[in-house]
Amino acid sequence: MDLNKYKIPQISVFIENKKGRFYNTTRVLKEAGVNIRAMSLADTMDFGILRFVVDKPEKAYEALMDNHFIVKMNDVIAVAIKDECGGLAELLKTISDLDLNIEYMYTFVNNMDNKAVMLFKFEDIDEAIEKLLKAGAELLDEDYFKRI
Amino acid sequence: MFWEKDRETMDRKELENLQVELLRENIEYAYNNVPFYRKRFDEYGITKESIRSIEDIRKLPFTTKNDFRDNYPFGLLARPMKEIVRIHSSSGTTGKPTVVAYTKKDLKTWADLVARIAKAAGVTDEDVVQIAFGYGLFTGGFGLHYGLENIGAAIIPASSGNTKRQIMLMEDYGATVLVCTPSYALYIAEVAEKLGKDPKKDLKLRIGMFGAEPWSEQMRKKIEESLDIKAYDNYGLSEIIGPGVAGECEMQNGMHISEDHFIAEVINPETEEPVKPGEYGELVITTLTKEALPVFRYRTRDITKLDYTPCSCGRTSVRMSKPIGRTDDMLIIRGVNVFPSQIEEVLFNIEGVSPHYQIVVDRKGALDTVTVLVEANANLFFDEMKKQKQLLDKINDELKTTLGIDVDVKLVEPNSIERSEGKAKRIIDKRKF
Repeated sequence: MDLNKYKIPQISVFIENKKGRFYNTTRVLKEAGVNIRAMSLADTMDFGILRFVVDKPEKAYEALMDNHFIVKMNDVIAVAIKDECGGLAELLKTISDLDLNIEYMYTFVNNMDNKAVMLFKFEDIDEAIEKLLKAGAELLDEDYFKRI
Repeated sequence: MFWEKDRETMDRKELENLQVELLRENIEYAYNNVPFYRKRFDEYGITKESIRSIEDIRKLPFTTKNDFRDNYPFGLLARPMKEIVRIHSSSGTTGKPTVVAYTKKDLKTWADLVARIAKAAGVTDEDVVQIAFGYGLFTGGFGLHYGLENIGAAIIPASSGNTKRQIMLMEDYGATVLVCTPSYALYIAEVAEKLGKDPKKDLKLRIGMFGAEPWSEQMRKKIEESLDIKAYDNYGLSEIIGPGVAGECEMQNGMHISEDHFIAEVINPETEEPVKPGEYGELVITTLTKEALPVFRYRTRDITKLDYTPCSCGRTSVRMSKPIGRTDDMLIIRGVNVFPSQIEEVLFNIEGVSPHYQIVVDRKGALDTVTVLVEANANLFFDEMKKQKQLLDKINDELKTTLGIDVDVKLVEPNSIERSEGKAKRIIDKRKF
């Protein structure tokens, strides 16, 4: 089975904590015709790391590079869980039991019935995909983010 | 290799006695021959009897560049023009030029001092030396010229400029030693490569004697690699005599100061007190043997440190480190002296740091703060906050170790630090005193 299809490309952008920086980033994506699917901002006093999952990752990457942003592409995993009380706790227990190390996570707003989607950056993505699938977790593939 | 071995390897106790004796004579000599010093010494109650030990030099007042300007052009000379045989001066871009003059004996002394640093760098009478320093009012060209002639080397007095011709001369006449500024040496290597030559093969260079501007160890490595030579640093300034005050031996570990001709001190430029041994501070030099222009405790404004530990080359003289900056660009942060060059050195040693940085000094309440802005780039950006923090902590730690104070490193977006043509604006001091 091809596990690589579960690797969701994510774009990370370095931004200074200054007025208008966040907007500039989204403006570039808009002009490139890229739709943001999920997003998170990790911030410190001085700078932030903006992370996106988009429908056209290559295009987003190039547009941001062309506009002199500092950009990195890396992979995350999307896991669908039951949108009900304890849904996230159950998943996190599985992850903890599997001894997988989460770097960071954020949520994805979607239109799936009764499901919530979490995006995870794991220390070791291959190990995480394999173990999570074995444990019966519902992983979304790359195409899912292009379709919607 | 030595030029005047007895002098260069003199027992330190003996050397100190000689310095005290020469200093005493020099005070009397200046008092009798230079009205400026007579007045100064009278004001401070200085006579030769004031000097009993080498530490007593601290009783003497300092001499500064302003004293040269105030006495422009010949007010500081101790000999009449009849005995003067050479005049050099600075370009005078920052005011009146600084004028210096030499008697016949001074020129002999100078040629011996330069011969010492040339020998220390391994130059012999077999060498063919290309001098690419300007010949003229600047002391570099003539200073090196007569010193190298003194040891019997064959000199190509190419003077400065016309790099293509420099390369042709070097290649055709088989130059083995190059004398110029370190940045010009790198430029020569670049141009030679552009001309389709391999400077390592097509040129016979083996030694470089570089000076007249500050340069780093990284730059030395780069020059040595691109020209396949050993690159030696030397130090001098026209107010003292010109090049030849100090030069590196084959250990390349500090420049030996010819202490039988000069007394070197390092002081805190603010308090004017001597720094602790081995600490950085402003170099202060007193001449002991100059006839035309004796100078006492000259404030060089160069920041260096002195190393008195014995050198394995056999020379007993003190070694000065490469100057790390000028007092003019020194920052005083919470009472600690900080030089932009120290910050630059730390940054450049960290993999991936861009050459664009800026140092912002501010004051919060009573406390000075230093922020070092570094432009981020793909090498310095990690998707994970943990790694990002680790990198910033690493830069912070290394700056703290080097500077002795806490600074705050901030990554900023590319191209957000203002670019300027010519000298980059590295420091923004927002403090109001």
